[in-house]
Amino acid sequence: MVERHHAGESPTAALPREPAARAAPEPDRPVARDGHPGSPSRRNGQKLLSLGLLTLAVLFVISLFVGVGDLSVRTLLAGTWDAETMRLMLVSRIPRSAAAVLAGASLAVAGLLMQMLSSNRFVEPSTVGTTEAAALGMVVITIFAPDASILAKMLFAASFALLGTLLFLVLIRRLRSKSSLLVPLVGLILAGIIESTAYFVAYRNDLLQSLGAWSRGDFSMILQGRYELLWIGLALAAIALFAADRFTLAGLGRDISVTLGIAYERIVALGLVIVSLIAALTVVTVGEIPFVGLVVPNLVTMAMGDNGRRIVPVVAICGAGLVLACDIIGRLVRFPYEISVGAIMGVAGSLLFLILLSRGRPARG
Amino acid sequence: MADVAKPANGETLRDREHRSGRRVAWPTSRQMLALLAILALASCLVFMTVGVRGNWGFVLQLRAPKLLAMIVVGHAIALSTVTLQTLAGNRILAPSIMGFDSLYILIQTLMVFLAGTALAMAIDPIALFIAETAVMVLFALTLYGKLLGGATRDLHRLLLVGVILGVFFRSTASFLQRLLDPNAFLVLQDTFYASFNTVRSDLLLIAAVLIGIVTAIFWRLVPQFDVLSLGRDTATSLGVDSTRLTRISLGLIAVLVSVSVALVGPLTFFGLLVASLAVVLVGSRRHAETILAASLIAVICLVGGQTVLERVFQFDTALGIVIEFFGGIAFIAIILKRGFT
Amino acid sequence: MIEAAALTKLYGKARVVDEASLTLASPGVTAIIGPNGAGKSTLLSMIARLLPIDGGRALIDGLDVTRTRGDELAKRISILKQENGLMARLTARDLIGFGRFPHSKGRLTPTDYEKIEEALTFLDLLPFADRFLDEMSGGQRQRAFVAMVLAQDTRAILLDEPLNNLDMRHAVAMMRLMRRAADELGKIVVVVLHDINFACAYADRIIAMQGGRIVVDGPVEEVVSEETIEAVFGLPVMVRDVEGQRTCLFRA
Repeated sequence: MVERHHAGESPTAALPREPAARAAPEPDRPVARDGHPGSPSRRNGQKLLSLGLLTLAVLFVISLFVGVGDLSVRTLLAGTWDAETMRLMLVSRIPRSAAAVLAGASLAVAGLLMQMLSSNRFVEPSTVGTTEAAALGMVVITIFAPDASILAKMLFAASFALLGTLLFLVLIRRLRSKSSLLVPLVGLILAGIIESTAYFVAYRNDLLQSLGAWSRGDFSMILQGRYELLWIGLALAAIALFAADRFTLAGLGRDISVTLGIAYERIVALGLVIVSLIAALTVVTVGEIPFVGLVVPNLVTMAMGDNGRRIVPVVAICGAGLVLACDIIGRLVRFPYEISVGAIMGVAGSLLFLILLSRGRPARG
Repeated sequence: MADVAKPANGETLRDREHRSGRRVAWPTSRQMLALLAILALASCLVFMTVGVRGNWGFVLQLRAPKLLAMIVVGHAIALSTVTLQTLAGNRILAPSIMGFDSLYILIQTLMVFLAGTALAMAIDPIALFIAETAVMVLFALTLYGKLLGGATRDLHRLLLVGVILGVFFRSTASFLQRLLDPNAFLVLQDTFYASFNTVRSDLLLIAAVLIGIVTAIFWRLVPQFDVLSLGRDTATSLGVDSTRLTRISLGLIAVLVSVSVALVGPLTFFGLLVASLAVVLVGSRRHAETILAASLIAVICLVGGQTVLERVFQFDTALGIVIEFFGGIAFIAIILKRGFT
Repeated sequence: MIEAAALTKLYGKARVVDEASLTLASPGVTAIIGPNGAGKSTLLSMIARLLPIDGGRALIDGLDVTRTRGDELAKRISILKQENGLMARLTARDLIGFGRFPHSKGRLTPTDYEKIEEALTFLDLLPFADRFLDEMSGGQRQRAFVAMVLAQDTRAILLDEPLNNLDMRHAVAMMRLMRRAADELGKIVVVVLHDINFACAYADRIIAMQGGRIVVDGPVEEVVSEETIEAVFGLPVMVRDVEGQRTCLFRA
């Protein structure tokens, strides 16, 4: 907390006072006391943050005990917890739950960044071509260097994702009408074009099955040793948090950023790299999970505003919670079969998107 | 400076349009239609005859249903796109972009989901198709009636809502398909991608009949469409009941979409592609000409494209993907070029 | 101190700004007037490094704007552009806090909080401090952006048509604020105005532009005459001194 001056006695160092003729606000109204640290949006933030963390923890525990394998709370209570159960927990359940948390958190942050970079609320990596380009990159590298390491493949896919996103940004800069709804439209179409290219290339090279795995988010194949790449996503989200102020300003547009001394082009480039890497990471390890990056930031922004430093952690936690919850639902809905998280997010995400659109809240841009 | 340059610039542009005019090199719309008809006929002939060796009867029997399906589908998509564009008052929409195709896929899935796989497989496919089409008309009227009926005049919102509706229908259909048992999944598996090789020939006859009826009704409505393209308000003051026209047309468009999706599957951008080309070639003032041109272009693209891909590149099932690719690029080009508001 | 020497901006072949030169060394309010398309905004944008310069150069406190680090310039010059159409979901307090970014790089100090509070107070924004920008009226939002610029606390302040969206009361209050920022804090304020009488009442100096060129530059009494205004705007007007204040009147 910062020591506040009473507004009435604030030193006139910076600016002269208003003349009496002007209907100036009462100098000692309570609002003035209620300085920055205690502002409603911040209180909201702290509440949401702790609530989110708690929910996420509960979901995580539930996720540990849902599955086909013989591992439930009952085994725990009955005391039949043996080495085999422990192994199942360590090799499958914990990695799977962790993967959902990591993927959800980083995808939601990537969506937020994408929205700031294009100054538009209705975009996210999978609706502007980033994710699709990453999948195309995986198809291409698998054709030309099938034996490359997974990290090398991921980086190659990320470079494709970067190109796809750049193409999108170049296209929307060239739009004459700056309508905030035209931007996501162009993104969706571009994503469709890249997707059909990937489909075509995969089809010609007998890679449709692999492409299916990259374009359909699914945690059922996650085991220890197969998801660790996703931790990089968390590190990238942390970088986004570190540079959150700059990203927020970039979201306000180039003019304001430059005036305040931000290297706008550099911060956009950083954002692009983060978004592309996160898209490629998730495509490689779990496959595309649509709409997380769109829905979560929009809902969080509605409650807490756009101030990046305050909302990046909340966005990450809510994204993690949403994906984890969808994965749990996918495991339960048609037990003992599983429904992939991508399929569930496709329905839930597009429905939420429609609701967001029909609310008609003025968008950025 | 700019103030002075603007009017001068505008004038020269208009002057240039006047002088160089379309009269010099551009054929009249009738000549253009004749040219398109010849091209369409030629591509059909080539498709039927190229590479035939030996048993003609067998080959013709194999290719004729495919050709008929392509003509029916091409015409259905062209007709539904041109009419929907006039209803919505712009040239950037198409039923498939607005999610009609996906809605039909969802209805197909729902039918199997609700009836159960066994029943769905036992039912006569024609009866099932008619039932699906009926549901489709009902849904289209209730869902899109409001959306296109003039409540939303914000074109961008309309488009985006349509596109996302399509995504929602598709995701829901694919979600439901996963809930079904593997058998049912097999029944529906092909629904998501367009294919001209696995044409549903069992539905071909009923499809052709339906398309014929719909075309006849639209033909009678063409004069009203010409008036409607002047704008909803003008049309109303000229005595065209635009609300009624919208309802009838939406129902008919739903039938057209059902036919094309049931026969070959969804094609998102094809309608926009052929309608745009038609407007470029013959203009959009007279709907009879625009629709005819769009249909002919559709047939040329489908039949010609399939012939070229099959015979020259040996790609047998890629036509749908190729169309989507170029159609998408055309869509973005239109948006960038017009910067439409 | 702002120095511009033969600044030029080209769009294709059109010279949108044509060798404009000016020097602003002492505190005061300078108004730039001229018809639409005269190049006023473009000139400001080039001086504030928002647009690349095609010819000539601009110096802020002797630093070339094209070669100096952005964050260094941000402590010396600020600009508010006309189009802040963005509907960011930031509170007014958040936005104004970002005005302190050049000084604190986002880690706000007690001094920063003071400056924010002062900017809020002097733009009459305290009652709306924690309201989101997209929930404010156009005038409130405009004031919030001006408050951000004031919180940036630079010696040179450029404002591109800051009176848009403001009603008469707030427009006058805004101009008085500019006046006092110049008189009491020694700011160099440059403001693009559409209404000549606002310029007459509150500016020390008026720069008139037409067709990308600076056609007149001088004290109010010198610039605002019937001949000059007619030459710049292509509109005959009556110029009178009303209670000692130069005033422009339309002919009926």
